[in-house]
Amino acid sequence: MKELVILSGKGGTGKTSIVGSFAAIAQRKVLVDCDVDAADLNLLLNPTIQEENEFWSGQVAFIDRQKCTECGLCQELCRFNAITDFNVDPVACEGCSFCSHICPVEAITMQDCMAGQWFISSSKYGPLVHARLGIAQENSGKLVALVRKQSREIAVKEEFDYIISDGPPGIGCPVISALSGADMALLVTEPTLSGIHDFERVLSVCQHFDIPAMVCINKYDINEDNTRQIEEFCLNQGVQVAARIPFDNVVTEALVQGLPVVEYSKGEVSQQIESLWQKLSEKLGR
Amino acid sequence: MIISVASGKGGTGKTLVATSLALSLKEKYRVQLLDCDVEEPNDHVFLKPVSTYKETASVMIPEVDDNKCNYCGRCGEVCAYNAIAVVKQKVLIFPDLCHGCGACSYLCPEKAISERANGIGVIEKGYADSIDFVQGRLAIGKAMAPPIIRRVKELVDNDRVAIVDASPGTSCPVIEAVRESDFCLLVSEPTPFGLNDLMLAVEAIRKLNIKCGVVLNRVGVGDSKTEEYCRRENIPIMLTIPLDTEIAYLYSRGITLAEGMPQWKNKFLELFDKILELTGDGN
Repeated sequence: MKELVILSGKGGTGKTSIVGSFAAIAQRKVLVDCDVDAADLNLLLNPTIQEENEFWSGQVAFIDRQKCTECGLCQELCRFNAITDFNVDPVACEGCSFCSHICPVEAITMQDCMAGQWFISSSKYGPLVHARLGIAQENSGKLVALVRKQSREIAVKEEFDYIISDGPPGIGCPVISALSGADMALLVTEPTLSGIHDFERVLSVCQHFDIPAMVCINKYDINEDNTRQIEEFCLNQGVQVAARIPFDNVVTEALVQGLPVVEYSKGEVSQQIESLWQKLSEKLGR
Repeated sequence: MIISVASGKGGTGKTLVATSLALSLKEKYRVQLLDCDVEEPNDHVFLKPVSTYKETASVMIPEVDDNKCNYCGRCGEVCAYNAIAVVKQKVLIFPDLCHGCGACSYLCPEKAISERANGIGVIEKGYADSIDFVQGRLAIGKAMAPPIIRRVKELVDNDRVAIVDASPGTSCPVIEAVRESDFCLLVSEPTPFGLNDLMLAVEAIRKLNIKCGVVLNRVGVGDSKTEEYCRRENIPIMLTIPLDTEIAYLYSRGITLAEGMPQWKNKFLELFDKILELTGDGN
């Protein structure tokens, strides 16, 4: 069983649209949405929730004003400026619990946070593990690790060949959590200067963690000079460009219909995505 | 005044809006642009600022003096992040897990723990014409963006119109970036993904009690549900930008709307006037 994670650095390059199409093409797989603070894959797969769970993670400080003597030590020591006028700002609080240890009258307790929910769903494309991080919550990395673990358990139990993971944008905590230990990353980029800049950074993250990567250039015809620049860069880095997908409104039209684009159109975009999956699955093996 | 630019969904045009707004305002106002998308900062691609200052962004992590430590284990007990642990006669420190709260060093009974800076990225300052520019950049392989964002925001110049470009999503890096702003522009697009993520972003912004308005980008494909949602929720649509191959081509070459199609400058100035009106700063 192999795990493929789709990343991009820059947001909006087409990760989820491509994963949605892989869902329709690939056999014997579980899908997992690791973009837990803006999960969208469910909008394409139209899943039915089978199992709903709470995600408890992290803590937030609470000051008992009956006990508080307003000595001010907690405010002085908090490095996150989370305490003003002897009240805790739960958004600023990082849950370090420092204040609860130093309060001379033990007026501060730490309370557990319900930091989100996670779901196991069924869809006509197979099982989907997804989540919703609570608004303004931290610990997205831990929630990513949790949904990945669940997807792995399903894949093992069902003897699936693939875990296909829709990754978050960026290169920080949730990306590292989605990437570490995966078998391969597909990096979806676009031929814009910012797309290239972000792609180079996320490729460096893959190299840093020693995860092999393949590249897909989406909307390649927006700027073919930039596309050639990406291809040259990839050649120098020894990274394969496995697909060039043209810009086409059918991708948005399919999305509006709530369908993976390969089920909506048989045009160039869909052909490219199908051939991309072929190349990926050959490279991944089983 | 601080205006933050956020989006929920990535790739909807935050950077395009933030840079175009900065460039449109610079002739009338003193402007500062702060790129708080520290995982993937892109404003510099468009603004090409002259760099004048650079510092390492860091988290203060513990360092143990073996001569003083008696391996009592108190540091490991108080650390909420498992970033320090005592195993037999050895103290293990995991710098990437440390949030730099300072609990372990303060609470060590033997005063054996001091702190040192652990670099996780860089802060750069510079200018592009009259625009004051600040950006943070997370180092490759590092996880923690919020400390860098906090440092960037310490550099907000209150005598300027400060425009803060946030990262996509709705989790801690976004919250850190948009906190304390006077107005938040949410950039979205008329697609189901755009709408879903906009709804999450609105929830987050409301939780922070920040006024917000929407910039709708790539209008022309997709559906009308994002607009309907804004109307229903009473969220003003401040500006619409059409799906246009010329705009996309300019963007691909790192050229903003304000520069590539100067007729847009007025629209961004009008957008700013609307923000002044909504925040009550217009008089």
